[in-house]
Amino acid sequence: MAEQEFFRLWVYLSTSPLLWLTVTLVVYQIAYVISKAVNNHPLLNPVAVTVAALIGLLELTDTSFIDYFDGAQFIHFLLGPATVALAVPLYNQLSQLRRLWLPLATGLIVGVAFAGLSAVGIAKLLGASQATLLSLAPKSVTAPIAMGVAEKIGGLPSLTAALVVMTGIIGAVVGNKLFDLLRVREDSIRGFALGLTSHGIGTARAFQLSEEMGAFSGLAMALSAFTTALLLPWLLAFLGIIN
Amino acid sequence: MNILSGITILLAYQLVGEVLVFFADLSIPGPVVGLLLLLVTLIVKGGVGESLEGVSKTLLTHLSLLFVPAGVGVMVHFQRIEAEWLSMGLALLLSTLLSLAFTALLLRLMVGFNARRRQGDG
Repeated sequence: MAEQEFFRLWVYLSTSPLLWLTVTLVVYQIAYVISKAVNNHPLLNPVAVTVAALIGLLELTDTSFIDYFDGAQFIHFLLGPATVALAVPLYNQLSQLRRLWLPLATGLIVGVAFAGLSAVGIAKLLGASQATLLSLAPKSVTAPIAMGVAEKIGGLPSLTAALVVMTGIIGAVVGNKLFDLLRVREDSIRGFALGLTSHGIGTARAFQLSEEMGAFSGLAMALSAFTTALLLPWLLAFLGIIN
Repeated sequence: MNILSGITILLAYQLVGEVLVFFADLSIPGPVVGLLLLLVTLIVKGGVGESLEGVSKTLLTHLSLLFVPAGVGVMVHFQRIEAEWLSMGLALLLSTLLSLAFTALLLRLMVGFNARRRQGDG
């Protein structure tokens, strides 16, 4: 009988958003504690650990992504206000910005073109399909705009969302080490490069390292969203990758 | 701390951003427009209120949590990823590494150039 009771409870819970919303928060907090315990070691990035654990749980309980998203959408929704909130650290870094606007503007335009075209170029060389190529192109910008761009140029928006998250995780994991190797020490430059390449996940990582790095990463993320939306479709058409 | 006014400001600016994007038919996301509008407001006003400062800090401290639902969406694409994992994975990895290095080095070069230019001005 107990088993039947449990089954009824499961049916009830699995149709309500409460279960997966709570599970997401619990798993993330465990991942966060682990990450803190190992001094924010990049390989145990909390997003990567949480995503992997949740996919495991969903597969184990035979839960579809749509059912999961019923609960998780409340977290997903906060991406909007959090993007707006980036105005606050930006405002606090305004004097730095005034000093550095010319190098940042150059880095932004060239960097955005490089981030998109390098992914397309490498994937093309390795024989990826056209749909994959076009889904890869906007991988470096924040998910909502990347999905919009993918749709516009003929990629698969939901695949793009996944590639965007993976790009973010790669940048968050390797970024700091790479900057050390290249002897790039200024937090402003590190932050800007990380935000331009790895959007919000890179920015989250940057805020763990320093407020200045986070602010510049947030700035790069916001500006590259604009620049990619305007530049990338035109650039791909110019190069004959899309018609 | 009064979190209510901070969260209301963020949502209101996002809403205005979304409305502008809708009517002007822009291809940029509403929240990004909201961000710029809020930044302009803060510059004009000359300061961040306590509530907004607190709410923003809280949201941004846990920014990575907000990407989890989209990240779990990877599972929908397991089949395509299985078929093209090598080209996709290598393109992501190499392109991300190259972009990070390229942007950082370019910026360092430009910042050095900028410092000399400004010194020349003064």
